Amino acid sequence: MKKYILDLVLRRTTQPRPGYVLLQLTDPDKPLPEMLPGQFVEVRVDGSPTTFLRRPISINLVDRQRNELWLLVHAVGAGTRALAALTEGAVVNVVLPLGRGFTLPEEAASEWGAASERGAASSRENLEAQSYLLVGGGVGTAPLLYLGQELAALGYKPTFLLGARSADDLLQLDDFRRLGAVHLTTEDGSAGERGFVTQHSLWQTATFSRICTCGPKPMMVAVARLAHEKGIPCEASLENLMACGLGACLCCVEDTVDGNVCVCKEGPVFSTDKLKW
Amino acid sequence: MADLHTKIGALELKNPVMTASGTFGYGLEFADFVDLAEIGGIIVKGTTLEPRQGNAYPRMAETAQGMLNCVGLQNKGVDYFCQHIYPEVRQIDTAVLVNVSGNSPETYAECARRIAELDDIPAIELNISCPNVKQGGMAFGVTCEGAASVVKAVRAVYPKTLIVKLSPNVTSIADIARAVEAEGADAVSLINTLMGMAIDAEKRRPILSIGTGGLSGPAVKPVALRMVWQVFEAVQIPIVGLGGIMNATDAVEFLLAGASAIEIGTANFIDPAVTVKVARGIEDYLDRHGFTSVREIVGLAHEG
Repeated sequence: MKKYILDLVLRRTTQPRPGYVLLQLTDPDKPLPEMLPGQFVEVRVDGSPTTFLRRPISINLVDRQRNELWLLVHAVGAGTRALAALTEGAVVNVVLPLGRGFTLPEEAASEWGAASERGAASSRENLEAQSYLLVGGGVGTAPLLYLGQELAALGYKPTFLLGARSADDLLQLDDFRRLGAVHLTTEDGSAGERGFVTQHSLWQTATFSRICTCGPKPMMVAVARLAHEKGIPCEASLENLMACGLGACLCCVEDTVDGNVCVCKEGPVFSTDKLKW
Repeated sequence: MADLHTKIGALELKNPVMTASGTFGYGLEFADFVDLAEIGGIIVKGTTLEPRQGNAYPRMAETAQGMLNCVGLQNKGVDYFCQHIYPEVRQIDTAVLVNVSGNSPETYAECARRIAELDDIPAIELNISCPNVKQGGMAFGVTCEGAASVVKAVRAVYPKTLIVKLSPNVTSIADIARAVEAEGADAVSLINTLMGMAIDAEKRRPILSIGTGGLSGPAVKPVALRMVWQVFEAVQIPIVGLGGIMNATDAVEFLLAGASAIEIGTANFIDPAVTVKVARGIEDYLDRHGFTSVREIVGLAHEG
């Protein structure tokens, strides 16, 4: 997939919750390039003396009709605070699209089809039987919105299971609800069920054919374990510290069954049975 | 239009801009952003005789105007390079060099010997200055005897252009440069990263997995420039200058200090198209000041 360095224009900046900023960027001259759910962009941070490297940020949404790229930023350090302080009309330099995203239904179906060696008709049935559970925690819910949108566009009804510390950290719920059923957990019980995503009652009643997760590592490890126990294929999106975003510097490596591999190039989305975490 | 051609020993470069090892992958990773043929030379990542897994994560920490890394020479080994990478990189229409590392003079030499057999690799850069591996690496680069021993072993088996990459983590880099010149190095490149560290105050622990790492980026530029200046006065062989070059003006400063060519490293992470911009910017500078060739400004700041 061809990568680009683009100067995008910040069309709108909003605060979905205190401490979080949604940047809606556009290319005023041409359509945005092809980007897949789970891929990310490297954003150059200008005007922050202590910020030197670009910031890797997951693709929150691509709105083709409005030609918009959405980035959801949690302002936690100097770099992300500088991005949060950008005002409408600002030019934002991005390198995109980077990395490998989530496996979409067509690919997933062909994987399973090959495994079962069944005919085209039954692989179509397989495809229709696929039910996706998207499990997100904190700002890690961001790429699941784009994934959910693309699944919905392909005719699937994704189920979302979103967790956060408290109701104040749950983001973009209205957008998620437009795409599928949304189940919530909070650690303090202020929204949805009290506890972690892996403790939600949904796991007792529903079954899924595929799980995609993004969030804090301990959460993803727990989700992956649960998926493994239930025999459900699971993919997780990692966010290791990275510099180049292109697979050149080898800083962001993750230990996998294939050895140390770059999260920025071989990931950020991995099948969880490849990970040694 | 000034002439950008330059020479490093027998190695002819179409312009003085090369990429620093470990910051540009095998070049192919950047093909979407720049025409690789417009770069003077591509120095591919550190290659060793045996495959290496490198150090554990985390390997990177951002610092003021720079970054630390402790990658630790992760690579699939020289045979993998020869069989799988070389057929691809030889297609690139520019000089492709291999950065060679080892843990003894013998392993350096054997790795260099295998690369010498590759027709389209006109030169190697000998890495005696990696601060992130336990055995070898910088251990050879911080004493004149250690540096000389590696260069001697490699020189005996490597007939093409031999560039030796020097460590800044020494008392006198001029002495090291003289030692490798005496053993027949065709050129020196400097500087490799400066050893540093970062600590996470909240966790009260070092950020990098092995504690320390190599500092690169604009933060090290004044140190690098000073060392190029000193080495220019100490040796006759050409110098390849690097350390924090972010733009054409930075590059020109290194040429004026005595470098015949320059390498761009960390800047590739900020702007993947920076190499070509720097090459064009050097040309603009030469035209603006009435120079007809880039070779005219090498070491010019030493005059008068």
